[in-house]
Amino acid sequence: MTAVLPEVGRGREQEPLPQPARRYRLSKLDNKVSPYLFVAPFFVLFGAIGLFPLLYTAYVSLFDWEVGADDPAFIGLDNYRTLFQDAQFWKALFNTFSIFVLSSAPQIVVAVAIAALLNENLRARTGWRMGVLLPYVASLVALTIIFGNLFGPQYGLVNTVLSAVGISPVDWQASTFGSHVAIASMVNWRWTGYNALIVLAAMQAIPREVHEAALVDGAGSLRRFFSITLPMLKPTLIFVIVTSTIGGLQIFTEPKLYEPSGGSGGGAEHQYQTVVLYLYQTAFQGLDLGYASSIAWVLFLIVIAVAGLNFLITRRAVR
Amino acid sequence: MRQRWVSVLICAAVSAAATTACGSGGASQTPDGKTELTIATFNEFGYEDLFKEYEAAHPDVKITQRKTGQGQPHHQNLFTKLGAGSGLADIEAIEEGYLSQVMAKAGQFNDLKEIGPKIEDGRWLQWKTDAVTTKDGKLIGYGTDIGPLAMCYRKDLFQQAGLPSDPEGVKALFSTWDSYFAAGDQFIAKVPGVAWFDSAAQVFNAMHNQHKVGYYDRDDKLVVETNSDIKADWTAVTGAVTKGQSARLAAFSNEWNTGFKLGKFATKTCPSWMLGVVESQAGPENKGKWAVTDAFPNGGGNWGGSYLSVPKQSKNAKKAAELAAWLTAPDQQIKAFKAKGTFPSQVKALDAPALLEQTNAYFGDVKAGALFAVQAKKVTAAQYKGPKDGEIQETVFSPALQSVEQGKNADEAWRTAVQGAEKAAK
Repeated sequence: MTAVLPEVGRGREQEPLPQPARRYRLSKLDNKVSPYLFVAPFFVLFGAIGLFPLLYTAYVSLFDWEVGADDPAFIGLDNYRTLFQDAQFWKALFNTFSIFVLSSAPQIVVAVAIAALLNENLRARTGWRMGVLLPYVASLVALTIIFGNLFGPQYGLVNTVLSAVGISPVDWQASTFGSHVAIASMVNWRWTGYNALIVLAAMQAIPREVHEAALVDGAGSLRRFFSITLPMLKPTLIFVIVTSTIGGLQIFTEPKLYEPSGGSGGGAEHQYQTVVLYLYQTAFQGLDLGYASSIAWVLFLIVIAVAGLNFLITRRAVR
Repeated sequence: MRQRWVSVLICAAVSAAATTACGSGGASQTPDGKTELTIATFNEFGYEDLFKEYEAAHPDVKITQRKTGQGQPHHQNLFTKLGAGSGLADIEAIEEGYLSQVMAKAGQFNDLKEIGPKIEDGRWLQWKTDAVTTKDGKLIGYGTDIGPLAMCYRKDLFQQAGLPSDPEGVKALFSTWDSYFAAGDQFIAKVPGVAWFDSAAQVFNAMHNQHKVGYYDRDDKLVVETNSDIKADWTAVTGAVTKGQSARLAAFSNEWNTGFKLGKFATKTCPSWMLGVVESQAGPENKGKWAVTDAFPNGGGNWGGSYLSVPKQSKNAKKAAELAAWLTAPDQQIKAFKAKGTFPSQVKALDAPALLEQTNAYFGDVKAGALFAVQAKKVTAAQYKGPKDGEIQETVFSPALQSVEQGKNADEAWRTAVQGAEKAAK
């Protein structure tokens, strides 16, 4: 006979050890959730001030929506239909690309040249390097107003100098090309030094051994620049081109303040009105939010298309 | 990599879509317990000293002025913040060119008959008040100033051209627009390098404002193309431009300012408020050269003039209305007139000795008050302004005239202007 011993309640063994398990579950939760919590602020903020306006803009673009109007009428895609037949929009798009090309192309060439110079053994090297960044530090608005004065058609300094050396003065506001050059020069003035520093950083990352090997093979400095430096700068150059594309397609302040008394028309015949400026004029002078929203969305798609193109080129270049 | 690009793209698009709208919902109480009243004005209202006076009489009130250089950005801000529902000052100035747009949104402004203090009957010229009263009888604004037109001219340059230069003698030149442009032909033939007027738009706007019907008829129908008066003005002004009478300086631009300093044009259409502008732009070095006469081609005219309104957004609407009512009383408006030449719209003020005896030292001690009072009486009624009147003037017709000054064919520019007006009015 075996004695059946009554089970002794030994709490410690019977209870399912709650403390460690909870801790375990918590820590598992911690592992799973915390990363999301840590990145959440960005997405919450982005959702509130990025994604929501983006989607709401798409919604507004389907209405004939005037600022402060009580009852906007739903008109479907009419705003987009009007937009594609709007000569002023196409003109603005042309101006935007024209100013973009006039500003980005020379800017990148000059930035690489400046970077190459800064990469040499200069006296007071840091001083020079910081110096090229100064235009970037200066206020964009002040810069634009000063350039607007310099390029004044009748009493501006640029025309005075041109006349002094016997070149006939240019109407920097009336002429399409002249105004684009003037505005592109503001962009170049501000961004060349900034891009030069980025290129310079990339140049310094190029291994010395490659240069030394080329030197041993008897390559001159020009040959080394074109055969080693430039190819190895390619990824950086493409980054610079992409960022200036995105910035360039959204250029606003320079044409807006080029002639401050001229409103947002971008010249008497919109000869230097960019897409964003047209958007601004439509929204805040015409008070036509629906139409302005459709401009914003078309511009968004254009920026995506152009940046997507750049992305493809980047992949090929890096490979 | 891919994901980063997506977020870069989205950010780029967002910053493309988002445009500057900077709100400033100010506290209505200062730390020391005073009520802060904000008042948003543009150009020069001449209220700076009046604010001090009001603050001295009302120790519980602190006045903050938000001053904008030009009418356009001021009203742009006004409409944006009306739409946003917050951020406006307690008192917002409204220029008459934008009045119709405001009247279309009258529901967002306080009825000053309801919240304002009791105001004596007939304080303002009748047409001034009529324009700011809604169809159901609500008063949206208190009249501040009007802009009776006279003609400013450079005495020294007139002498150089062999034209009469005393205020009486020049009146014949300024009797009609035909005689005005004929004198211009004479002038530019004699004085090379100096134009007859500053900018085509400045002359055109003055001509245009003389007509009973402007861009709109009273049913708010756009009549730009059918109103023969507008086309006649256009033809006359662009004709003068082609002959070289215009200095081709866009009004209020830096180059326009320089044009004043260098004396690049001989006449200027001068509503009363322009005297202050001429003085500050031409500067002390040109003192005594500018004169003004109580004549204007084709009679009189009115350009500009404003109202003070109290938007429903205001947290201190009652106190704001009190301040606005005080500022627009005849006595105060005369002081503002003395300070900056803003011409009063108050009937009593028009006959006040202080106004009639007021002189302007910069314009050779001319009795400016009496002069503009005479000009004001030549105005019969203010032109009816349609919903997009201000926009058509500033973003359609002025740029179109500028394009003619920059060499565009006048007929082509006219077509552009008509299309632009139709687009704006749509």
